[in-house]
Amino acid sequence: MARTNFSGFATTWRMPIIVWQVLFFLGPLLFMIAMSFFLVKNYRMVEAFELKNWEKMLTRGYFWDSYILTFWLASLTTAVTSLLAFPASFALAFKVSPSVRRWALFFLIIPFFTSYLVRIFSWYVILAESGVVNALLAHIGLGPYTMLNTKFGTLVGYMTLTLPLVVVLQTFALANIDRNLVQAAHNLGCSPARAIYAVIVPLAKTGLIVAALFCFILSFGDFVSPYYLGGSKPPTLPILIIDTTKSGQQWPRAAVVAVVMMLTLISIAFAALALAYRKRASR
Amino acid sequence: MSGQQSTTSTSIGSRLLDWSLRGYVVLVFVFIFAPILFSVVFSFNSARFPTIPLESFTLHWYQTIWNDPDVWTAVRNSLIVSVCTALIATLLGFCTAYTDYRYNFRFKSAYLALVLLPPTIPLIIMALAMLAWFSKIGASGQLWSIIIAHSVLTAPFAMAIIRLRLNQMDRDLESAAWNLGASEWRTMREVIVPFCKPAIVSALFLTAAVSFDEFAISWFVSGLNKTVPVLILEIVQGNIDPQVNAIGTFVFLVSMTLVIVAQIFFTFRAGKSFS
Repeated sequence: MARTNFSGFATTWRMPIIVWQVLFFLGPLLFMIAMSFFLVKNYRMVEAFELKNWEKMLTRGYFWDSYILTFWLASLTTAVTSLLAFPASFALAFKVSPSVRRWALFFLIIPFFTSYLVRIFSWYVILAESGVVNALLAHIGLGPYTMLNTKFGTLVGYMTLTLPLVVVLQTFALANIDRNLVQAAHNLGCSPARAIYAVIVPLAKTGLIVAALFCFILSFGDFVSPYYLGGSKPPTLPILIIDTTKSGQQWPRAAVVAVVMMLTLISIAFAALALAYRKRASR
Repeated sequence: MSGQQSTTSTSIGSRLLDWSLRGYVVLVFVFIFAPILFSVVFSFNSARFPTIPLESFTLHWYQTIWNDPDVWTAVRNSLIVSVCTALIATLLGFCTAYTDYRYNFRFKSAYLALVLLPPTIPLIIMALAMLAWFSKIGASGQLWSIIIAHSVLTAPFAMAIIRLRLNQMDRDLESAAWNLGASEWRTMREVIVPFCKPAIVSALFLTAAVSFDEFAISWFVSGLNKTVPVLILEIVQGNIDPQVNAIGTFVFLVSMTLVIVAQIFFTFRAGKSFS
C-alpha cells in the first residue's frame, strides 16, 4: 500500500516536466534538425532526406561572410564586455559593504528582465547623428560622429544585453573566493596588481569563464543589435535566419543556419567548460 | 588600512584607487540604465526626433497609444500570455524543484539538463524550431502556442527560485510530518507548499516578466495575434516614432514592477524561517 502510494507520488512530481519538455522542447529542436534535410517544392515544404539545403548554404559566400562576422562580433563583445565588467565586479566584490553589494546586484538583475527591444530603440535615438551623445560632444567642440550602422553601435547594443549579466556572474565568482588567500598574498608582499593577476583571477577562473560563455551565447544569437544599431550589412546569422524564414519561405535553409549555430555554440561551450574546470598544473 | 600611518603615500594612492573603482561602478550603472531613463524622458518630450536640449513637455505620445486599438489588443494578448505562462511555468517549476530536492534516480543529470537547457539556446533558434513544430502539429498562429513556448523558456527560472527556497528547509520537517501520521500528499499540502509560498509568488512574477518582454518567439509563432513586444518590433521596423517611447515606458513600468515584487518576495519574505 505504502509502496504503491510512494511511487505514484514521486511520478506525479517527476513526469510533468518530462512530458512538457519532450513535446515542446526536444520535439521542436529535433524536428528543426530533420527539417534542414527537407525540400521546398512550389513554395511548399516536402518531407525528405536530401543534403540540398546544406550544399546550397555551405557553398555560398554570403553564408560564410555572415558566419565570420557573427563569430567575430560575438568574440569581440565577449572580450570587451569581460574586460570592462571586471573592474566593476572587482569593486562590488571587494570594495563595498555586503549591503551595497546586495543592492547593486538587485539593480543589475532588473534590466535583464526588462524590454531589450525598447532599450535598443533608445540607444538608436541616443547614438543618432543629431542624438544626445553627439549633442553633448558638440558642446566641447567634437563630432558629430557616426555611431549608428557601425560595429561600435552593434557593440553598444550587445553590451546592453550582456554587461549586467556578466557583472553579476563575475561579482558572484569574485565574492566567493577565500579572502584569506588574498590577504596572504598581500602579507607576503604581493602588489595589488600582481594579487589580481596571480591569485584572484585564477581562483575565480571558473566563474569568469562561465560569465564570458554566457556573453558569447547571448551576442552570437541576438538579432536586434546588429539589425537596428549595426545596419545589418552583411547580416549576422540570426538576421539570416529571419530573412530566410520570413521573406523567402525557405524554412529548411533557415534550419541549416540554426543547426550550424547550435553546433558552434555547443563546441564553444565544451571548450569553455573544459578550460574552466581544467586542473591547474601543480607548482 | 587606517593603522598604516607610515605609508601615507600608498594609502592615499590606494584610497584614490578605491574611489575611482567606485566611480567606475557608477559609470557602468549609468551605461546600463541610460537607455531606460532616456526612453522615459523622451516619452514626455514633444520632439519628433528627440535629442537634447529637450523640447516642451507633452502627453501627446501617450494619447496616441491610448487611442490606438491595436495597442489595446496587444496589451490584452500580452496579459493573457504572461498570466498563463506564469501559472504553467511555476507549476512545472515546482514539480521539478521538489523532484530534484527529494529524489535521486538514474539519469537525473539528463533530467536536469532537459529542464535547465532552454534558456541557453538562442531565442531565434527556439523561435524557428517552435514555428516549424507548431505548423507541423497544426497549432501555429495561436495565443496558446506562444504560451506553450514561453512556459518551456521560463520553467527553469521558476524551478531555480523554488529549488533555492527548498534548500532553506530543514530536511527533518518533512519526516516529522510523516512520523506524526500525515500522508505524503498531506505533508505536501500543509508543510512543503506553505514553506515555498514566497518562492512560488516570486516565480509567478518573474516568469510573467520574462514572458511579457519576450519578442523573438512571439514574433515567429504569433501569426496575427500580436503581443506588445511584437507590436513594438513592427513599429520600430517602420520609422522613428516616439510613441515607442511611450509604449516602452509602459512596458518598463510593468516588467520592473513584476521583477521588483518577485525580488521582494524572494529576498525579504523568504528570509523568515518556518516556525
